[in-house]
Amino acid sequence: MTAPPVEARGLTKVYGDLTAADQIDLRVETGEVYGFLGPNGAGKTTCLRMLLGLIRPTSGDARLFGRDPLAEGASALDGVAGFVEAPRFYPYLTGRKNLELVAALDGGDARSRIDDALETVELADRAGDKVGGYSHGMRQRLGIAGALLREPRLLLLDEPATGLDPAGMRDMRLLIRRLSADGITVLLSSHLMDEVQELCTSVGIVRRGRMVYQGPLADLLATAAGRYRMTTSDDDRAAAAGAQRRGLRDVTRRDGHVSFIAADPQAVEELSLALAADGIALRSLVPVSATLEELFFAITEGDGLADASAPPAERPTLEVA
Amino acid sequence: MPGVLVVSRWEARKLVSQKRTYLGLAAAMAAPLLFVTALALRDGAPEDAPFGASVRSSGLAIPLLMLVFGSIWLFPLIAALVAGDIVASEDQNGTLKTILTRSTGRGRIFFGKAVVAAVYAILAITLMVVTAILAGSLESGFNPLKTLTGTEVSALRATALVFVSLGVYLLPLLGVVAIGLLLSTVTRNSAAAVVGTLMCSLLMQLIGVLPGLEGVRPYLLTSQFDAWQGLLREPIDTAPIVHAAWVCPLYLVPAIAVAWLVFERRDVAGG
Repeated sequence: MTAPPVEARGLTKVYGDLTAADQIDLRVETGEVYGFLGPNGAGKTTCLRMLLGLIRPTSGDARLFGRDPLAEGASALDGVAGFVEAPRFYPYLTGRKNLELVAALDGGDARSRIDDALETVELADRAGDKVGGYSHGMRQRLGIAGALLREPRLLLLDEPATGLDPAGMRDMRLLIRRLSADGITVLLSSHLMDEVQELCTSVGIVRRGRMVYQGPLADLLATAAGRYRMTTSDDDRAAAAGAQRRGLRDVTRRDGHVSFIAADPQAVEELSLALAADGIALRSLVPVSATLEELFFAITEGDGLADASAPPAERPTLEVA
Repeated sequence: MPGVLVVSRWEARKLVSQKRTYLGLAAAMAAPLLFVTALALRDGAPEDAPFGASVRSSGLAIPLLMLVFGSIWLFPLIAALVAGDIVASEDQNGTLKTILTRSTGRGRIFFGKAVVAAVYAILAITLMVVTAILAGSLESGFNPLKTLTGTEVSALRATALVFVSLGVYLLPLLGVVAIGLLLSTVTRNSAAAVVGTLMCSLLMQLIGVLPGLEGVRPYLLTSQFDAWQGLLREPIDTAPIVHAAWVCPLYLVPAIAVAWLVFERRDVAGG
């Protein structure tokens, strides 16, 4: 069995009193687009730096394709490319010279891929200009071009679309999707939820240095599935009636509505008939679908509702208001 | 994996693209030019300094006098200009992470930088010597030179001695480069490292003249800036050169070793 592109166990980084990363377990499978989410300061960048061997974990270890960047140094980064925070280049050199420089440090035939990489990120016509005159978006794209020179099997991108204008964001997403389609595994940190929901197949959510959810995006979205909200002519009685029905759980009376989770659509149908039979009129009955953003806030701003280590069935449900 | 020379080549290209690089080289060339200009315009000579009395009789005294004056702060500063900046500037610009996430190990990156910092110091001082020989010879003639023991050597032999002196002078100068690299790696701040290196050099000279500390003087790095003067005696006195040859590595080797170890293990955050 080949080693997964990313496998980190118990990654911890302590700076004085601050625990920037606390026992982070992270696993990215081949072919995934993995979204690494968390509020600013949650520890995403610290983790990415540890994965790339830029900083030493206080404890724990990281493997990229089974190799340890701390023990093996640069050679553990074979097939791995990316950047943490904004990609940085030498402002007094041209875009092409910057790429030639990093290609020289890559060795092999990296230099021969410069033209293709510039073409891919659509910077070919500005490659002769000094990077000092580049816009933020152009530098982000040059960062991707620099990564592509390494013919990566794994791309680590730290908030690649941050600071880009809407068109730049769209182009960046298209590019990431294209690279993923080419078979590159992508680990992408972001706090742009729609970006992650659009691009990613798996997510890891960190909060105050701890991983609070990790798993397929679909599973996360499914934790909020089956939730309904209704308003009736008598919410108190409706809530009481719902609480006694099989197939419904978490029936709660809230301000101006009743919410519940239904095991299947049939349970909802039966509830509506039962309410009618009891003389309770339905004013509205709507399924509540949660976006990743709502789930994200529920996880990162709640009291640590979800526990990443628990299997999905045991995970506490997420209340999405 | 690309080697140290690949790193050095690119470090050199980076230097060539930066204006500050030329500042140090220009200063190295300007010093003898200014001195010769002053000689041409004014009377008198710096009689107290070694070779000061000979500057009007032989142009070859001028590079030697420059070596004497330059050791106070000019050459340590020029050496520090690149050595103190070469790691710290990458820290400040955030480009360290760019180069450390490629396929070249940290050790090679470090030594590639160290080689270029050393070459820069050598280049600067060589430019100074060549400029001083040319300008000095134009002003005072390519004439035989009076040694420190009062005898005269031919102009050709004096020229050779100037270049050998330059070689000996490099021993402490490379020590200064090593201190610059250490401070550059540890402080992560270009200005602090450049100024700090110069301060180290000035501080050692200060210690050397403090009363009661005469015993320390022979073991200070900056005292070795005089070692070459043994070449300009008849017969040649090799003792100070041999002394410098073992004292300078006492500074150079630990400074480089610590800088390298710090560079290998340090966290690259920020940027």
